[in-house]
Parts: sequence; C-alpha cells; structure tokens
Amino acid sequence: MSDVLAVTDHRRGELRDVSYELITAGRELADATGGALHVAVISGTVDEFAEKLDREGVDTIHTVDHGEEFNHDVYTQTVTQLYDELAPQYVLAPNSVNGLDYAPAVANQLDLPIVTDTVDLEADGDSLTATREMYGGKVETTAELSGDAVVTIRGAEWPAAEGTGDASIEAFDVDIDEDAVGSTVTGFEEVGGGDVDISEADVLVSVGRGIEEEENLEIIRELADALDATVSSSRPIVDNGWLPKNRQVGQSGKVVTPDVYVAIGISGAVQHVAGMKGSDTIVAINTDPNAPIMDIADYAIVDDLFDVVPALTEEFQ
Amino acid sequence: MKILVTVKEVATVEDEFEIEGTEIADQYLGADLNEWDDYAVEEAVQLQENGVADEVVTVTIGPEDCEQTIRQALAKGADRAIRVWDDSLAEADLLDVGAKTEILSAVVEAEDPDLVLTGVQAGDDSFGATGVSLAEEIGAQWGAVVNHLEHDLEDGVASVRRELEGGVEELTEIELPAVLTIQTGINEPRYASLRGIRQAQRKPLDVQSLDDLGVEGSAVDSELELTDMYEPESESDVTVWEGGADETASELGELLREKGVAP
Ligand SMILES: Cc1cc2nc3c(=O)[nH]c(=O)nc-3n(C[C@H](O)[C@H](O)[C@H](O)COP(=O)(O)OP(=O)(O)OC[C@H]3O[C@@H](n4cnc5c(N)ncnc54)[C@H](O)[C@@H]3O)c2cc1C
Ligand SMILES: Nc1ncnc2c1ncn2[C@@H]1O[C@H](COP(=O)(O)O)[C@@H](O)[C@H]1O
Repeated sequence: MSDVLAVTDHRRGELRDVSYELITAGRELADATGGALHVAVISGTVDEFAEKLDREGVDTIHTVDHGEEFNHDVYTQTVTQLYDELAPQYVLAPNSVNGLDYAPAVANQLDLPIVTDTVDLEADGDSLTATREMYGGKVETTAELSGDAVVTIRGAEWPAAEGTGDASIEAFDVDIDEDAVGSTVTGFEEVGGGDVDISEADVLVSVGRGIEEEENLEIIRELADALDATVSSSRPIVDNGWLPKNRQVGQSGKVVTPDVYVAIGISGAVQHVAGMKGSDTIVAINTDPNAPIMDIADYAIVDDLFDVVPALTEEFQ
Repeated sequence: MKILVTVKEVATVEDEFEIEGTEIADQYLGADLNEWDDYAVEEAVQLQENGVADEVVTVTIGPEDCEQTIRQALAKGADRAIRVWDDSLAEADLLDVGAKTEILSAVVEAEDPDLVLTGVQAGDDSFGATGVSLAEEIGAQWGAVVNHLEHDLEDGVASVRRELEGGVEELTEIELPAVLTIQTGINEPRYASLRGIRQAQRKPLDVQSLDDLGVEGSAVDSELELTDMYEPESESDVTVWEGGADETASELGELLREKGVAP
C-alpha cells in the first residue's frame, strides 16, 4: 500500500503548529505515492481537534479518545495498531520532544527504519529520499531507503495546510493494554520566570559558547549597558549556570522578536533559531563564516568577538 | 543497582572544510565525547556517589581510535567500559538507529542493568532516537529528554522531568528498568582530575565483536543509505562588514543608531 499516516501533536488542549505542517508533508508524500492521507489525533478533545485538522488534502481523520495528555505508551500502542489496520507506507510524526518519545519505539516495534528530523522528503515509487542536517547544520545530507518507514519532520519546514477539507472522521477503536503503560505524567511546570522577560526587550545582546569563560560575560554586560539592551543567551550558557534559565532563547527557552538581535558567538543551531528567527534585524558576530547563523543574519561581522565587542562598547561610551 | 551509559565519540568539524563523497574529509575532523553523553555519565557517577548505584558501565560502538575518548568517562568515575567493534562495522557507511539498537540491546542483555542512560542526541548525526528505540527493544520503560532525575529511585520508580518546548517541563514517573535520554543542563559535568585520568588507564576496557555478543553480521546493514552530502545553499542576503574590529564595530554602531536603538 502507499498511504501515509500522519500523527498530530497537541499539548494542554492546543494542537501544535507542526500538526498542520504534517498534513502538508503527508499530502506531498501521498501524492507522490498515489495513496491516501490518514491523519491521527490521539488523546485530549479529539473531536474538537479533528474539526480543526480537517484541512485540504486530508482523506481520513482517525480520532482516538483515550486520556487527556500525551502518554508515550498509549501513542506507541495506538500508532502500531493504526499501522496494522491501515498498512500505510509512511508513518509521519513531528520531530518534537514528544514525537521523539514514541516514534522510535513505534519504528522498532514494527521493525521499520526510522529517519528523524527531516527537512525535505521526496518519494518515488518504493523509495524515499530524506534530507536532513548533520554537524549542527554545517552540512546537509540525503539518505535513501526503500519500503515502509517511520519519518519525523522538523517544525517550520513545511507550510501549514490550509483551507477546509471534507475528510471522513472516524473514531478508531484502540485496544490499550494498561499493564504495558509504565509511565505516568503527574503534572507540568512552567520554568524560566523571574525578574526579566527577554521577550519584551527591543534589543537583545545574545551570547553563546564562543564566550568561552564565565568571567568573559563581563564584556557582554558592558555592551548591553552601553546600548541599554538586555542580555540573553543560547543554551550552553544557561546549562553552565552562567545565566539564569529566563535568559535562554530557543526551542526550550523563550521565543523573542526584538527590533535587533545581536548573536555573539552563537552558531545558530535549529533549536536556537526557533526562538529568534522572527527578530526584525539579526546581526551575527562569529569567527566562522559558514556558521548556520549566517543564513538568517541580515548583517554579520566575521571576526573574533573579543576584538569586536569591546570596540563596539567603546562606540557608545 | 547497575547503570549502563551509552557513550559516543562524535566527530567535530573545523570552520573551513571539504566534502569528499558523502563524508567530510578526514583532515577537517576532530573528535570529542558527545556533549549529551557527558551529562549522562555525570548523572550516573552522581548516582553512584549518592550510594544509589553500585556500578557504572559505559558502552560504545566505535573503532579503536575512540578509546581515548571513552577513557574520559572512566576518568570521571565510570567503573569500566565496553567497546563494540568489528570488521563489518568498519565497512559500514552509516549505522542507523535500527543497527545501533540491535547491537546495544545485546550488550544490555549481557550486562542486565537496572537503568540505562543515553544522550538525547549525538551531536554529529543527531538522530535523537537511539535511546527510545533501545528501550522498546529490551522491553524497558523510557523517558526522552530528561533534564531532572530524583536520585532516590524509590520503589523502583524514576521521578523525572522531561523538558518540553517553550519552557514547559513534564513531571513523569517511570517504572524501572528504564532507559532515560539525558538532556544537557541536568547537572554540571565535572572535569576529570589528574588522579582520575591516571586511574582510568587501569580500568577495564573490554572490546567485544558482534560474534562475542551473538549479534548477526547482517544487523549492521543499515536500511538508510547516505547518498549525498553538501553545504546547504545559503538563501541569505547577509551584508558582511569587512575590515578591522574598529571599522566593523563602527558600521554596526551606525546601524544601531539608524534603527534608533542605540544612544
Ligand atoms: C531538545 C533540544 C532542545 C534545545 N533547546 C535549545 C534552546 O532552547 N536554545 C538553544 O540555544 N539551544 C538549544 N539546544 C542546543 C542546540 O542544539 C545547540 O547545542 C546550542 O544552541 C549551541 O549553542 P551555541 O551556538 O552557543 O554553541 P556552539 O554551537 O558551540 O557555537 C559557538 C559559536 O561560537 C563561535 N565562536 C567561537 N569562538 C568565537 C570567537 N572568539 N568570536 C566569535 N565567535 C566565536 C563558533 O564559530 C560557533 O559558531 C537544544 C538542543 C536539543 C537537543
Ligand atoms: N556509536 C554509538 N555508541 C554508543 N552509543 C551511541 C552510539 N550512537 C549513539 N549512541 C547513544 O545514543 C544517543 C542518541 O544518539 P542518536 O540517536 O544517534 O542521536 C547518544 O547520545 C548516545 O548515548
């Protein structure tokens, strides 16, 4: 068979954007293989979700009314049962934290290959070519596989599906083995609150691993003071305990959209870029002319931050 | 309690490099212990120091060259290391998640750990999938992207926090035995002491072939085949300021004034 099954993502009552992107990616694959696009929505207010997911290109939506929030055992059992029932060629899942908490288990259980974090997919008959990054975005690779596969897609690489579809919505009668559910979600917590809200700042002076040592942060603070700007950072700076969590920009930190974002010694890994690509003007200061941050920067200085930053501070003193 | 930590030596790439076929040319590559695995090793060693674990074993699928990197984990406190290698592995272009799962599960079977810690992802090929796939294979529970683990592990349950997107953490209880994929920031990885480094030289590092593990050679046949590698085409129209730091800083200064965001 050549159908595609796309498994959507939601959290705390909201469908996540990648769900609509999965529909677009799924439709493209289904067109290439000549199959139908099945969409699954598991747990939560599935009927409400199904209505929202009924966008152009969707053939069938399978709702699975079981529990409120994501549980990887429930997802794994459900998706493998859907696979057995629908026999799709490709199972598509988001490359989100939750996607990575069940898609590899599904693939292994079904004895299928898995290819994760794809940014482009080309199907041709029995074979699939997946494009993905390596080495933190320094290179792209293509990989080929044949036969059925589980594929996770990177967020914001495909446009969201639009319009209204006329999918048939079917409740899928899943058979969950509760004894095999070995993990329980007991709650959620928001982290990263506190004194400053970097998402409110007009200018962010953002520092990354290129700063090397904690005491070197002083030159970043001096620059921020001179500019009356706010200091933010990439993840390693927060991991090291040099700045508090509320300063972290990115997928697991804050999304920021300042007028000017100055990325200093930050390579521009996808999880960082997810948090700052909406900035009005992006300036990169980096010794590596090929750093991925250059792809989204408007202006760049390819030089040592230890020379450039003090010189810039001096400009304003 | 015994803890098995999977550790990978990852390739690092210089700023300027060349691609040969589907690989980066050797002379531009360096090697390091995978960042995420460094945190996993630290977590295991802390569990041992807290008296929760009595043995920490590392396992690596990798060639002899990577022994120096593996010994870093021993220098930080792991008790012994296993390195799996084989001629058939040397010939393989790419080890996909399925192949790693099969090999690592044979090691789990032989070692029978109560807890397996992996990194969230390998910094080089970044599948982010090996830990969860392994858990399914060995019939263990799991949790992906764990940034906090309660160290009491009471009643055979691991209380963890999973780091979701957007500054939200999920609190989850996971039955042992389990595989946890460890996120950076969960702890502060130590530097190896000189004494640790000396001791690491004498700690056991056991090399095993696929045959030793009872894994069929065909297990390493990846279902994924790398067909191309290239530098991503830049879509950017970035303006690069040239010159000395004084000149470039003054260009940037001017821009900031123009934007009205600087004095
Ligand atoms: C699930 C998950 C979630 C994540 N969430 C986030 C997140 O929210 N935010 C985040 O930032 N990351 C996140 N990451 C981590 C991300 O993948 C990268 O590891 C991280 O962003 C790298 O930070 P960096 O750019 O500071 O460091 P590096 O990638 O090490 O880059 C350092 C840069 O500094 C440059 N440099 C070095 N020396 C100098 C110098 N003297 N002058 C100028 N430039 C110099 C180098 O050329 C390099 O480009 C996440 C990862 C995972 C797996
Ligand atoms: N060759 C390897 N040897 C040992 N462990 C590995 C290897 N490759 C991956 N792993 C483990 O699996 C984790 C996730 O890797 P990956 O799924 O390849 O991104 C890594 O952080 C390692 O702990």
